[in-house]
Amino acid sequence: MLENAYLIPIYPLLAFVIIIFATRWKEKLSSAISIAAILVAVIHSIFVMIAVIGRHGVPFELSVPFIEHPLISLETGIFIDPLTAVMLLVVTIVSGCVQIYSLGYMHGDPRWSRYFSYLSLFTFSMLGLVVANNFFMIFIFWELVGLTSYLLIGFWFEKDSASDAGKKAFITTRIGDLGFIIGILLLATYAGTLNYQEVFTKVADGAVPVGVLTMIGIFIFCGAVGKSAQFPLHVWLPDAMEGPTPVSALIHAATMVAAGVYLVARSMTLFVGSAEAAMTVAVIGLITSFMAASIALVQNDIKRVLAYSTVSQLGYMIMALGLYGFDVAKDPHSHSVGYFAGTFHLMTHAFFKALLFLGAGSVIHAVHTNDIQEMGGLSKKMKITSLTFFIASLSIAGIFPLSGFWSKDEIVAATLGHPVFMFFTLLIAFITAFYMFRLCFLTFTGKPRNQERFDHAHESPKTMTMPLMFLAFLSVFAGWVGMPWLSHGFSSFVYTGELQHHGPNYIVMLVSTIVAVSGIGLAYTVYFKKKISADVLMEKFKPLYTLLLNKYYFDEIYDKVIIKPLLAFTRMMWWSDANIIDGLVNFVGWFTIKWADAKMLFDKYIIDGAVNGAGTVCMAASWLFKYVQNGSVQFYTLVVITSAVGVIIYKVTPEGFVYYFIGVVVVALARFLMKMNRPEEGNVETEPEG
Amino acid sequence: MLQYLALAAILFAIGIFGVLTRRNAIGILMSLELMFNAVNINLVTFNKFIGPDNLVGQIFAIFVIVIAAAEAVVGLAIVLLLYRNWQGIDIGNINIMKW
Repeated sequence: MLENAYLIPIYPLLAFVIIIFATRWKEKLSSAISIAAILVAVIHSIFVMIAVIGRHGVPFELSVPFIEHPLISLETGIFIDPLTAVMLLVVTIVSGCVQIYSLGYMHGDPRWSRYFSYLSLFTFSMLGLVVANNFFMIFIFWELVGLTSYLLIGFWFEKDSASDAGKKAFITTRIGDLGFIIGILLLATYAGTLNYQEVFTKVADGAVPVGVLTMIGIFIFCGAVGKSAQFPLHVWLPDAMEGPTPVSALIHAATMVAAGVYLVARSMTLFVGSAEAAMTVAVIGLITSFMAASIALVQNDIKRVLAYSTVSQLGYMIMALGLYGFDVAKDPHSHSVGYFAGTFHLMTHAFFKALLFLGAGSVIHAVHTNDIQEMGGLSKKMKITSLTFFIASLSIAGIFPLSGFWSKDEIVAATLGHPVFMFFTLLIAFITAFYMFRLCFLTFTGKPRNQERFDHAHESPKTMTMPLMFLAFLSVFAGWVGMPWLSHGFSSFVYTGELQHHGPNYIVMLVSTIVAVSGIGLAYTVYFKKKISADVLMEKFKPLYTLLLNKYYFDEIYDKVIIKPLLAFTRMMWWSDANIIDGLVNFVGWFTIKWADAKMLFDKYIIDGAVNGAGTVCMAASWLFKYVQNGSVQFYTLVVITSAVGVIIYKVTPEGFVYYFIGVVVVALARFLMKMNRPEEGNVETEPEG
Repeated sequence: MLQYLALAAILFAIGIFGVLTRRNAIGILMSLELMFNAVNINLVTFNKFIGPDNLVGQIFAIFVIVIAAAEAVVGLAIVLLLYRNWQGIDIGNINIMKW
């Protein structure tokens, strides 16, 4: 099955093409095709996973030359190692769940077929990104993913906010992509190839200077910053919640935003080669994680809380990967678990965050609002949704033995040896547990705060609850593959260097569980028991609350610092274009016209004059000389005899010839003038008869 | 000999004058005959005074007479046709070759 693994992205691509070109008008058929394609891909991915396990970590590569050039050869191909196999499974399963869920959620949407074709296109791009075997290919799919993200965020483009969010997401990630392509070009220049394995071999051999490696690492990380919504380019992700909720679940929680994490994990060799780049990654991850978690504390839009939670969790993964790179760069024999922790959390997070979003979608579907202040008590009406939502919340909070517990534990373990990181990681874990359960309690428990909406609420249809249950199952059990007691679990599966395995760290487990439980406990006290009033807390920390509610004023700062000056600059440029450049162009045009006028005069009077003049001269000459041709035989004879006499005279006396010649001319002129004075006398034209 | 040549020159001059001034086509032809005869006299004269041993000049004169006869035939034929087409043989009116 490995040899055919390139087919996995092809299935959804085929579905996309078929839907767009053939079955657009048959809505049921379109969604069926899309779902069938993704299910085939899921099955194929499972077989690939089995095959990869059988290879014991030896990567499989299949590549075809694409562009041959003496300087650099580009190729297209697939590269499958354990990390790829895991990503394939995650992407196909989440995509499958989301598509089935969409059958219920998007019911009655006028652009139903288009929605499913976009989902297929996105799945194709994401799978292509995952299986790519070189940086050139990953960049192509990287951009395709960005495009589909744009299309899907702005899917309800009638809403201004949705189309604006689409543009914002596209442009913001483009800024990161610029760094990414610079990194790729640097890599091509210094390593001479873009193939993963060749690049990593060269980097490991020290073929690239460390300074350059740091630059490459940071530039490539820029791409991840854009796609994975890391500080300072995180602003697009919360706005991206304007898209349909299943899209948020698929793209902006589980898969696309994970692409940045995947990229960092994939190019880990680069970061291992440069401790500075790795530390940059870790610090950015930590800042993002803490900032987003604190903003999530006060948001009231159910999807925005989840969006900031996603940003925070992605920061977690990035931080773990960065710390791994830093530790290994400092000490090649370090037993850091950061790489395993980051990729493991990537997988578990994909499942429970998709579940959270789909659950939120189910709630929104029922009450038709995003505002959690208008919900409450919904667990009575939505049993399955609330149950699965609680499971996912427990998982993200890190409660034993749900999958989030295992991966979060590993991230905490990865910060061992970095006290600052460890402190903040635990603090973020606490905040995460708190805001997730604030969300749960406000939504599902207590008294309904908006009776009208509560009365209309109902449990979602089976197409929506089935994926919820399946993902809940995964949220509980997917993490078990990474239990520290397993000697051949996830940790030894996705290793990068020497086989790493270490026993469980009970102290870390205990501490992180205490932190998570206390976070939940605080949320329980405030929002369930209402022992402490949330309003009082809000009043007490008014400035901090305002700061968080306004998301640290990032959007405002960007608007003031970047967008406004840029617009002013653009207007200046427009002015200079309109006046200077256009003026110059218009002057050139004006001058050309004037110059052409001058040349026209020259043409008219000099050139044409010369031509006409030649004609006129000829006419005049012929008018004069036509009298020689007067048709009179006797005149001709006279000329002949006069000439003959002239020749004889010239032979005898050349001097005498002059007088003779003058004489002849004078007589001829005299005769001619006389004839002119009486033109037609005795010279009547007689027409020949017949 | 001078007398012979003078006669020939006078005859020739009369012929030229006739050709240039006569308006009658027949008259022009007749003047032409005069010019031929002037030439003939020249030929015969030079034959007698310069090379009496051979008769080239005499024979050439006979040739000229024969050709002149032929020429007169062609010329008179043309004149005849002119007369038929123009109802006259005034050479001054025959100028269809004019520009």
